[in-house]
Amino acid sequence: MSLSEPTVRQRPTAAPDTAPPRPRRRPIARRRVTTWLLTAGLTVMCLIWVYPFAWLISASLKTPLELFGKGLNLVPDEPQWENYVRAWTDGGFSTYMVNSIIVTVGSVALVILRSALAGYVLGRFDFVGRKLIIGIMVVTFFLPEGYTIIAVTQITDSMGLLNTHLGMILGLGAGGHVPALLLYAAYFRSLPKELEESAKVDGAGHFRTFFRIMLPLSMPVTATVGLLQFLTAWNAFLLPLVFTLSQPDLRPLAVGMVGFVSQNYTDHTGMAAAAVISLTPLVIVFILLQRHFVNAVAGAVKQ
Amino acid sequence: MPEVSQTAAASRTARRSDRDRWWRRMRRDWWIYLFLLPTIVGYGLYTVYPLVASWWYSFLDWPGFAQRGTFIGLENYERLISDELFWNAFTNSFIFLLIGLPLRVGLGLVLAYLLSRKAVKFRTGFRTLFFLPVVTTGAIIGMVYTLVLDSTGPVNRILTGVGILDQPIDFLGDPDTSLFAAIGVWVWKWVGITMIYWLAALQTIPQELYEAAQLDGANAWQEFRRITLPMLVPFLIIITLIDAVAAFNVFDLIQTMTAGGPTFSSEVIEIFIYRTAFETTVPQLGYASAAAVLFGLAAAVIAVVQGLGAAAARKRMVRS
Repeated sequence: MSLSEPTVRQRPTAAPDTAPPRPRRRPIARRRVTTWLLTAGLTVMCLIWVYPFAWLISASLKTPLELFGKGLNLVPDEPQWENYVRAWTDGGFSTYMVNSIIVTVGSVALVILRSALAGYVLGRFDFVGRKLIIGIMVVTFFLPEGYTIIAVTQITDSMGLLNTHLGMILGLGAGGHVPALLLYAAYFRSLPKELEESAKVDGAGHFRTFFRIMLPLSMPVTATVGLLQFLTAWNAFLLPLVFTLSQPDLRPLAVGMVGFVSQNYTDHTGMAAAAVISLTPLVIVFILLQRHFVNAVAGAVKQ
Repeated sequence: MPEVSQTAAASRTARRSDRDRWWRRMRRDWWIYLFLLPTIVGYGLYTVYPLVASWWYSFLDWPGFAQRGTFIGLENYERLISDELFWNAFTNSFIFLLIGLPLRVGLGLVLAYLLSRKAVKFRTGFRTLFFLPVVTTGAIIGMVYTLVLDSTGPVNRILTGVGILDQPIDFLGDPDTSLFAAIGVWVWKWVGITMIYWLAALQTIPQELYEAAQLDGANAWQEFRRITLPMLVPFLIIITLIDAVAAFNVFDLIQTMTAGGPTFSSEVIEIFIYRTAFETTVPQLGYASAAAVLFGLAAAVIAVVQGLGAAAARKRMVRS
């Protein structure tokens, strides 16, 4: 596994014509000691950071007796795969997984389409009301979720979408997401003007120009926005919790876990297995797309 | 008089051509509004409407979504101000901010600084592992930590085994420690993303500055103190702002670890809102909305103060 450096545009450095004089160096032996001390310190910290995950995986493969009776050995005597079977079938995590996938895919698609469409016109065209839209978005940028949840629930209820997948998809994808929109706007603004002109010459309308030329060109932004929304939707808790209070079989993984724990309070090994099931898709996507993660996150600061 | 009627006619045609131009513009740009439609509708319903409606709700006595609320003026606010549990939650949210935020921002900077130095080994590996908790589900992590930090859990067994603790501490079940344990888990989960922010910030510092400093014989501490820190001030403000907003979105971790307990010792504002709006037999939606409005105002004040700070810092940078 490796996490590459976030790509941040460096200020242009003038190529030195003459080699600069060698900087005075600290004694090599002392430098080496500091290096290893730092590395050792970081290793200890890293172990603290990773330990809960290691413990979780180990707990998910142990018997309850092993988990509490024996010492801190992380390797189980014999892997107890039935913990996973219990969580997956009896615990209902197969259903929760399907719900999580539906809600996540739906809201990712919604956010990408909506932000790309709006970002395209906001980034490339001047029109009546443009400043107003940007102004409203800047003002509402920092709204905490705890503030909006009651009104969002009320509006979803009045549309009859409480306790539905669609309600959750809209709740997670229809509002907010100003950063996604700004990312698209900035990217589309940087593309050359000739693109539309040549498309027009070829007889393409606005919609064809957008879907055939612009959207495919914006793949790097789409990857970033999609990834961030995947995390947001998969990890969402408050909104799906409130939206499925009376409909347990619509719950995504994070909310399903709450129900599982309250019903199987003593089943710690099954709970650990359920947690591993819920986190595995995230970790797989993270390992596959690490570089995008870092760039997506680093982009937030640069803005 | 012919002159007057002429100017009147001129202004009329001018107005007509203004309206014509507006119409022409709309006829040309209609597709732009079509492109914006999903965002305008979605943003209007799910962001702007809640922003405005919460104020209205906060003046209502409203016992459930199925019923209509009745207007009661400022009664909810009067009740809130004398509600000890509300102030308890408000205080806890600020303790969370005052302790958690510096820890997260500071530790993130230390990690980023160390991991940006070429001398340190396995930098990419470290970075990956510190970032891993960031991508995980807060609610699931919260429930896992109820086991990890339990008085019979592995952390207590390690600490008593090594001899740091005489007796196991029920970190999340003891009212003296629950809030601080929650802050600790929050820092553990999120410091990786702050570290990446800082790494991006560190990369904007031109390498020549360090080369010049080494030429002058500066040591590592002097380099950090005289070059790195001053160059990072504008980023400090942005990163603190982003993380401060995050410190107000901790519902998932706290609800699953302690649900605000024991005896409200770790109840933050979001838990208070959730409890009064959704978790009771008689929902008090108006009362919860009033709490949400005060909470939103507090968050806005922090954002504005930080924004002013950022502007001031930028001005200072330009001047120097």
